[in-house]
Amino acid sequence: MAKQYETVIGLEVHVELATKTKIFCSCSTEFGGAPNSHTCPVCTGMPGSLPVLNKQVVEYAIAVGLATNCSITQYCKFDRKNYFYPDNPQNYQISQLYLPICRNGGVEIDTPAGKKTIGIHEIHMEEDAGKLIHDEWEDCSLVDFNRSGVPLIEIVSEPDMRSAEEVIAYLDKLRLIIQYLGASDCKLNEGSMRADVNLSVREVGAKEFGTRTEMKNLNSFKAIARAIEGERARQIELLEEGKEVVQETRRWDDNKEYSYAMRSKEDAQDYRYFPDPDLVPIMISDEWIERIKAAQPELRTEKLERYKKEFDIPDYDAEILTSSKTMADLFEATTELCKKPKKVSNWLMVETLRLMKENDMEAEDLSFSPENLAKLIELVDAGTINSSVAKEVFEVIFKEDIDPDKYVEEKGLKAVNDEGALRATIEEVIANNPQSVEDYHNGKEKAIGFLVGQTMKAMQGKANPGMVNKILKELL
Amino acid sequence: MANIISDETMEYVGILAKLELSEEEKEQAKSDMGKMLDYIDKLNELDTSNVEPMSHVFPVNNVFREDVVTNGDDRENILKNAPGVKEGAFKVPKTVE
Repeated sequence: MAKQYETVIGLEVHVELATKTKIFCSCSTEFGGAPNSHTCPVCTGMPGSLPVLNKQVVEYAIAVGLATNCSITQYCKFDRKNYFYPDNPQNYQISQLYLPICRNGGVEIDTPAGKKTIGIHEIHMEEDAGKLIHDEWEDCSLVDFNRSGVPLIEIVSEPDMRSAEEVIAYLDKLRLIIQYLGASDCKLNEGSMRADVNLSVREVGAKEFGTRTEMKNLNSFKAIARAIEGERARQIELLEEGKEVVQETRRWDDNKEYSYAMRSKEDAQDYRYFPDPDLVPIMISDEWIERIKAAQPELRTEKLERYKKEFDIPDYDAEILTSSKTMADLFEATTELCKKPKKVSNWLMVETLRLMKENDMEAEDLSFSPENLAKLIELVDAGTINSSVAKEVFEVIFKEDIDPDKYVEEKGLKAVNDEGALRATIEEVIANNPQSVEDYHNGKEKAIGFLVGQTMKAMQGKANPGMVNKILKELL
Repeated sequence: MANIISDETMEYVGILAKLELSEEEKEQAKSDMGKMLDYIDKLNELDTSNVEPMSHVFPVNNVFREDVVTNGDDRENILKNAPGVKEGAFKVPKTVE
């Protein structure tokens, strides 16, 4: 019988914190500035410059730690991780090795076999590196330090995951917690959340872990799932051939669906960590922790329960609506405006999800305003537009966030509720389609659908379908 | 000297520090490093089991900045320190991992 293998996975998740300034200097963290326009002597590692810690970074880190059931290291400090690479101007990264700010936590995930806790070994604060662009033309590299010094937390899990599904569930859980706390927007595609996957395989029942590899460059949930499947297969194949898995860092190429060795063991890194003498220790008092605890916003689970109770929303819908902070915010703000939670939920659950899927978008990419969705709901409720027109208008709101009142007016999309005009059109349709009329009289109920369609077509889709039905039945 | 630095260690430290030393310099460095380790051994003779590790020389903690942007765009000055400049970026020899 073929050997059965088990996959053992641990994650290192980097999250860019939503601060206005960098971790050790007062430069902006804004994304997309001209190269090096958000830099200063500190974040470009100039000799003699001194880092000063951004208090908000500590507060976000504590908030994430508390929400993931970690204990807070009340005496913590920064260390230097030494390595040479041009994206790292100091030749060391300021990070935390000896006393990371949060330790020994965990989050619960749902698996097909029930609830499971994924342990969090530690969370530490550190600075991001600059960005390197390789110039093929001149055979040189160009360095942009705008990202250098942007605050990160690195969340290191225990090797508690056994499948791609568990990894995705864990990442989703972390993402929701952090988004709800407002500590980061956690966009994988923009790199504000990045996951490195440590993976090994072993025979089912084995006590020892196998040799693990670390995979980088995973920027979507799908890529992570594919990379895990790919690496698992690669390692099992090696073992089946009697070869050994080499401990190394590999880079996942999602187009080729294969990982490549980045660093081999020979030039294994020796980071020579030591305490950073430029930064003084951080003492976190009980009062400080209590203050952050008290200020914690409503998290996903509480919100989900509240939606079910307060708005009478079904389980499944509440799950979807709270599955991203952006979606939940949109739902609440729109409901606040129009006071029709079920209708808001319906637009988000059906049309919004459909358009997101069609355009391959994440909830974080949604850009329409609650005001315009609320107005659209009012327009439908007032009978000003019919539901098929509303769907078309919504597509435009979804893409361009237009004002539906104006749009409907300008495009002449108002429903025709004028019974006289409808009756005239329907009489014409009946006259032009004797076959369908006969079918209807012969008991083919479906024939009426065709006649409704013809009427809608004649009215350019603007007729009130309820009225069309009523008048048709009457005239037939 | 109780601690002898091997040629391999010398080679390794050179790689980590990105230093290329002459044979003469290597011998000198080996001797210096051996003496440093001897001194550490001496310190290790002290019983420090009841002493808290020191992480900073000054009794200062919690020095923070508020999260407010006060630095503007100083790219021109920053780039004066660059070995080379292209398209607003520091130009360095090609580095690919």
